[in-house]
Amino acid sequence: MTAITALIRRDIKIALRVGGGALIGVLFFLTVTVLMPFAIGPDLALLTRLGPAILWLGALLASLLTLDRLFTADHEDGSLDLIVMGQTPLELACAAKALAHWLAAGVPLIVATPMLGLLLNLDGEATSAVALTLLVGTPALTFTGMIGAALAVTLHRGGLLLAVLVLPLSIPVLIFGVSASQAAITGPLAFGTPFSILCALSLVSLVVGPFAAAASLRHGLD
Amino acid sequence: MFSGLDFETASGEVLAVVGPNGSGKTSLLRLVAGLLVPAGGSIGLEGGETELTLPEQSHYLGHRDALKPALSVAENLSFWRDFLGGETGDVGPCLTAVGLGHATYLPAAYLSAGQRRRLSIARLLVVRRPVWLLDEPTSALDAAGQELCVGVMRDHLASGGIIVAATHAPLGIEARELRMGGGK
Repeated sequence: MTAITALIRRDIKIALRVGGGALIGVLFFLTVTVLMPFAIGPDLALLTRLGPAILWLGALLASLLTLDRLFTADHEDGSLDLIVMGQTPLELACAAKALAHWLAAGVPLIVATPMLGLLLNLDGEATSAVALTLLVGTPALTFTGMIGAALAVTLHRGGLLLAVLVLPLSIPVLIFGVSASQAAITGPLAFGTPFSILCALSLVSLVVGPFAAAASLRHGLD
Repeated sequence: MFSGLDFETASGEVLAVVGPNGSGKTSLLRLVAGLLVPAGGSIGLEGGETELTLPEQSHYLGHRDALKPALSVAENLSFWRDFLGGETGDVGPCLTAVGLGHATYLPAAYLSAGQRRRLSIARLLVVRRPVWLLDEPTSALDAAGQELCVGVMRDHLASGGIIVAATHAPLGIEARELRMGGGK
C-alpha cells in the first residue's frame, strides 16, 4: 500500500510542478472553449444547445494532450524498468498512475467547467449537469487512454498515435456524456438513463484499463 | 542475440560480465532482471525468499538513472524507498554515504551526470536486496566516486549479497569473469 500511495503522490507532485503539464491541460480546455463562441457566432440559443458538446470535446482533447506522457516519461528515464520489476503488481501500479493523472489533470478540468459554462450561455443547472457528467466520465477517458499510452511506449511512437488509438475508444463515453447533459437541459430523455450507462462505462474502464496497459507494458519492454 | 550461455554465481561473489560493445551484456542483465523474456533457458535464484521472484529480489542499476528532474534529491530517493519497499533505511545517511548529503533539497535537474549516478547508487543502499544487477556502475563517476562504488559493493558482498556487473573498465574488486563473445 505504501508503494501505491508513494507512486500516486510522486506523479501528482511532478504534474503540479513547473513543466508538469497538469495546468497545460486546463489552459488548453480554456482556449478551445473560448474559441468556440468566436467561431459559432453570438447566437446565444445555439451556444446553449452546443455547450455540453463543446465542453465534452474540450475535456476529451485536453485529457489526451497530457496522457501521452503517462508512461513515456517513466520509460525515458528508466523508472518504468524498476516499476515493472517491483513487488507491486504492475496492474496496480498502472491503476495508481492513471488515478494520479486523473487527480492532477482531470479534476482541474471539472473545476474549470462552471466558469466555461458561463461563456457558453449555460445556466446553473446545465453547468452542474455537465460538471457531473464530466466527473463521472473523465475517469473513463483516463483509464482507456492509459491503454493507448502504454501501447505508445511499447511501439515507440508517441503523440499522434495515441490520439488515433484512443479517440475511437472514447466515442461511447462522449455519446453518453453529452446525451446525459442534453437530457438535463432540454429533455425529453430522463437524465438517469444515459448517466447510468456513463457510470457503467467508467467502471468497465477502471477494470479493463489497468490490465490491458500492464499486459502491453510487460510484453513490449526492450 | 546470444545462445549456449551457462553460468552461475554465489553469495558473496561478483560476476563481471565483459565483452565488446553489442555482445549482449546489457541484454543479459535485463534478462536476469526479468525485463526481457528469454527465447529459451531459465534463470533462477536458490535460497532467498521463496515467495518472491528473482527480479523482485534484485536491484537493477541501468544506463538510465530513474530520477525525476522536478523532484528534489531526497524526494527521488524516498520515493524509491517507499515504492520498492521491503527492508528499508533512512534517506539521510544513504545520501551522506554517497556524498550527496549537502544536496538533499536540490532538484535533481541540477545534478551532474556523476551526481545522478551517485544518487542511483544510494537507491541500492536505502532498500536492501540480495541481488544487484549493475550496468556500467562506474560510468560518469570520478575517482572518488569509483572508490565509493567499490566500497559499497564490498559491503554488499560482505553481507552475503550477489553482484552481476556489466563493465568495460576493471571494477577494482576481485571478480569472476564472464566473457561474452563477439556476435555469437
